Amino acid sequence: MQDVVLALLAKEPSHGYELRARLQEALGPMGDALNAGQVYVTLTRLEKAGLVTAEHVGQAHRPDRKVYALTAEGRERVGAWLTDLTWGRPSEFHLKLVAAAAARLADPVDLVEAQRGELLRRLADVQRAALNEPDGSAAALLIEGVTLRLEADLRWLDACARYWERKG
Amino acid sequence: MVTLRARGLRKEYGRGTGLVRAVDHVDLDVEAGETVAVVGPSGCGKSTLLHLLGGLERPTGGELWLDDRRIDRMSETELARLRRHAIGFVFQAFELVDELTARENVELPALLAGVSPRVARRHAAALLERVGLAERAAHLPAALSGGQRQRVAVARALIGRPRIVLADEPTGNLDSAATTEVLRLFAALRAEGQTLLLVTHDARVAATADRVITMRDGALVGRTNLTGAGGGLGAFAGLEG
Repeated sequence: MQDVVLALLAKEPSHGYELRARLQEALGPMGDALNAGQVYVTLTRLEKAGLVTAEHVGQAHRPDRKVYALTAEGRERVGAWLTDLTWGRPSEFHLKLVAAAAARLADPVDLVEAQRGELLRRLADVQRAALNEPDGSAAALLIEGVTLRLEADLRWLDACARYWERKG
Repeated sequence: MVTLRARGLRKEYGRGTGLVRAVDHVDLDVEAGETVAVVGPSGCGKSTLLHLLGGLERPTGGELWLDDRRIDRMSETELARLRRHAIGFVFQAFELVDELTARENVELPALLAGVSPRVARRHAAALLERVGLAERAAHLPAALSGGQRQRVAVARALIGRPRIVLADEPTGNLDSAATTEVLRLFAALRAEGQTLLLVTHDARVAATADRVITMRDGALVGRTNLTGAGGGLGAFAGLEG
């Protein structure tokens, strides 16, 4: 969540309400579970960590609102997150692509290609193990599960590449 | 040493506004002893590329070299000879002759190439042994499982001692266990130094290659080196820390 919020701020300084709206737009129905509190708590933590600064901006007939902007350190962390190939949940990678495209930080298609290479290398490791494992062993069953997941992830990355190629 | 080299290889169909660039200026080097996988969505041109590389179809333009011989301008006769002696093919649907036994299927290209029946028979028997099917030599394809049929097809592809084996979706008609069977065979061939080019949409097949090349809309758009892989499997089990 911290990385995603930071990356969204890379486009331009923003406030909690707008950030939440952008997250919900990118996540669609999957974003329904995202409550307002989560974004504000994340912003407060990022501010304490020195990754963002907050500025109070006055509004007519309403309380001030806090506009958040990345610090140099925050910007550095966004760069590191974009090139990090750790594979987690699809929603996180999806938001990475959305944020990278919005802030023009990187070409989403390049990020997809890099991630695909990483997953193929993992699948290569798993396949090597699979081919050496006797059929019908308990470990072969586990390897099959890991293989199927990686295959599904790679298929989804193909879909990501197609989507962002059309957009780009 | 480069076994197969393509430069600016093109295949176009139609003309004017109906022009389709099935293969669009492809540059490719396959090193001797290397396994290369070409992946991409269906319709991306990867099968057409394989047909061009194997001399089954003529390119619209570009150059193609096998070892030091330029092959894109060869006559039909020369090309047919080349396909028999220097290139082995493996297809998705096996393409075995139903009326012939496993051994006869493997022998057939050698007999067509003018090898004596005695020698062809000996080679075929040795190859069936190598693909683990010595006991099935006298079976008709119908009596073999999918994985076994494809292994017979691989043995047939090897009988001319080809410089390169080209495989088009070799696991496309196979279930998971049979895919493993065929991939084990490819891994063994690779260990013996056989040069292989696989066209596939199956990530498992691609993952057994030294290099994976991604094709989209007729062009090669991405390259991933897998020879450096070997990072250990702990991360997958989630047991670290």
